[in-house]
Amino acid sequence: MTTVESRLPLAGHVSTEQAIGMLRTMALIRAFEDTASRLYKEGRLPGFLHLYIGEEAVAAGACANLRPDDYITSTHRGHGHVIAKGADVKRMMAELFAKKTGYCRGKGGSMHIFDFKLGVLGANGIVGGGIPIATGAGLSIKLRKTDQVAICFFGDGASNQGSFHESLNIAAVFRLPVIYLCENNCYALSTPQRCHQAVPRISDRASAYGMPGMTVDGQDVLAVYEAVKEAVERARSGGGPTLIEATTYRISGHHVGDSAPYRSSEELEYWRRRDPIEAFQQRLISAGIISEGDVKAMRKSIEEEMAAAVRYGEESPSPNIDEAYEDVFLGRNMHGVLI
Amino acid sequence: MAEITYRQAVNLALREEMRRDPTVILFGEDVGRYGGAFKVTEGLFEEFGPERVLDAPLAEAGIAGTALGAALTGMRPVAEIMYIDFCTIALDQIVNQAAKIRYMSGGQVSVPLVIRTQSGSGRSSAAQHAQSLEAWLCHAPGLLVIMPSDPASARGLLKSAIRENNPVVFIEHKLLYNMKGDVPDDGEPIPLGKARILREGNDCTVVATSTEVAKAMGAADTLADEGIEVEIIDPMTLVPLDIDTIFSSVRKTGHLVIAHEACERAGFGGEIATRVGELAFDYLDAPIARVATPPVPSPFAPILESAILPNAAQIADAVRRICLRGNVNGRIHTYQAGTGRDH
Repeated sequence: MTTVESRLPLAGHVSTEQAIGMLRTMALIRAFEDTASRLYKEGRLPGFLHLYIGEEAVAAGACANLRPDDYITSTHRGHGHVIAKGADVKRMMAELFAKKTGYCRGKGGSMHIFDFKLGVLGANGIVGGGIPIATGAGLSIKLRKTDQVAICFFGDGASNQGSFHESLNIAAVFRLPVIYLCENNCYALSTPQRCHQAVPRISDRASAYGMPGMTVDGQDVLAVYEAVKEAVERARSGGGPTLIEATTYRISGHHVGDSAPYRSSEELEYWRRRDPIEAFQQRLISAGIISEGDVKAMRKSIEEEMAAAVRYGEESPSPNIDEAYEDVFLGRNMHGVLI
Repeated sequence: MAEITYRQAVNLALREEMRRDPTVILFGEDVGRYGGAFKVTEGLFEEFGPERVLDAPLAEAGIAGTALGAALTGMRPVAEIMYIDFCTIALDQIVNQAAKIRYMSGGQVSVPLVIRTQSGSGRSSAAQHAQSLEAWLCHAPGLLVIMPSDPASARGLLKSAIRENNPVVFIEHKLLYNMKGDVPDDGEPIPLGKARILREGNDCTVVATSTEVAKAMGAADTLADEGIEVEIIDPMTLVPLDIDTIFSSVRKTGHLVIAHEACERAGFGGEIATRVGELAFDYLDAPIARVATPPVPSPFAPILESAILPNAAQIADAVRRICLRGNVNGRIHTYQAGTGRDH
């Protein structure tokens, strides 16, 4: 197998196919977010929209280590994680359009995409809400004695929730196969990290739970891949959980509509220059792994995929009104009245 | 038939379901070798081992959420939250997550999760260990809520709860653990959403939950001596609520008293009263009365605690008040709405 490492110094143990796959995943996430943002601003999508632009390397590098039967839990900024785990962008887009053909039949929306067949145990509208759920998936894996793992994505803001503390402690005590992947994107909504936690490195907290912790450059997809690979191998072989902090940046506002006046244009410019997709693409081109032509072809296929997703979402039917009453336990009286 | 305690009945249901289904696990504080703070899980660690009976760190949100994650991925966990008061710490996982995931995911998954907890006053536990918070949980769509009042119902309902594919909160009562009662030999689960009529009568329906059931039975004996025949209904499950059985009874008796230990304000009695008002208004001969705790926290001093807890005498008074309405000592009685007692 040709590895990228052999042609890219310090690039890790990935095959060219894997490297190209990660680039495509990142580009697909970016295209999905750009498209969703445009549709939202045009007033075509209801609800909230939290974009993952700028953070793509974390999801792509992490999920490249996973098998279809592994689990993830995601966040309100979850499109990237779900795409990286292999979700169908048509069904995702249909969900954003609140259509019957969406992942959740139009009952979850952007913040709540689930795909249990792919081990996606849900994006989550509650900051920190998915952390105990990933921990439970880890407990289940351990009790069922399989070699699956769970990756729990969350942000720097969520690392201040009680659920973070409770879950990491539980996972460490039971040595659960969970990778806690904190995307430190510098802000909890508008509050900069330095103002919401006194430790600069979130991974330092790992030692408080008795688990390994490390910080990785979240703009470098191969660095993320390598760090998560080590943690996944540890988890699969019974070595327990890991806390990984990936430093990254939320290029968009907290949600579409937030102009993010709380940060400087210099800061934004700094991070724009560290765009993870541009950087990796250039690396692969420089190393001769892909050509400019390959990149163009990839972009074109992604554009087509997105256009098809938008068409699918737009043209799909809305849920029937009756479906508001499905997928939940209901009590009725003898006349059929809901009680 | 065998006579066992309520505590043993819950234990028996857990044991029977764990023997029947290897995916049933217990997860909670001190549930292992220690046998639980109320000794409900005693002996289960010895029988099923540390992989089925897991002592959790003291972390209620973590316990509920970890159990939920396991429920989504192939297990059938029974989590224990030691006091219902501590469920407040775990409400995100119970209300925002467990109750909603099946719906939010468009029905992709079932959530076979039971949260066992215990509630109630009567042991000078003060205001943070003695609440009755069932109405909070009933208000969250997606949850089932069960309150057994005796050993047989505890065993049969818990077995159904464990086999249920929606999240269930199973609320025991700390004062009932030593209550003795017969349980059937067959060990059949009791279907959820079916009330039981514990005593038949034609004059007044009393709907009572948990510890109030036994108090209502006591009140019924007193009232029978006075010539008032009370029909007592234990709904057993609040969600789903068997309103039909209550409705049929009220249609017969024309009178309804609702007794529960929880705070009267926004308590579950208000829900039952409204339902009956909507469905059976024309059959009511008197306003509906509630017997419940006034809106004060549970006090520590035994003398204060017993003063605020609804008792059999208050249930009897409420029944008399509505049944003899307009005919008390030969004068028109003034009904004081919502007080559940005479002032």
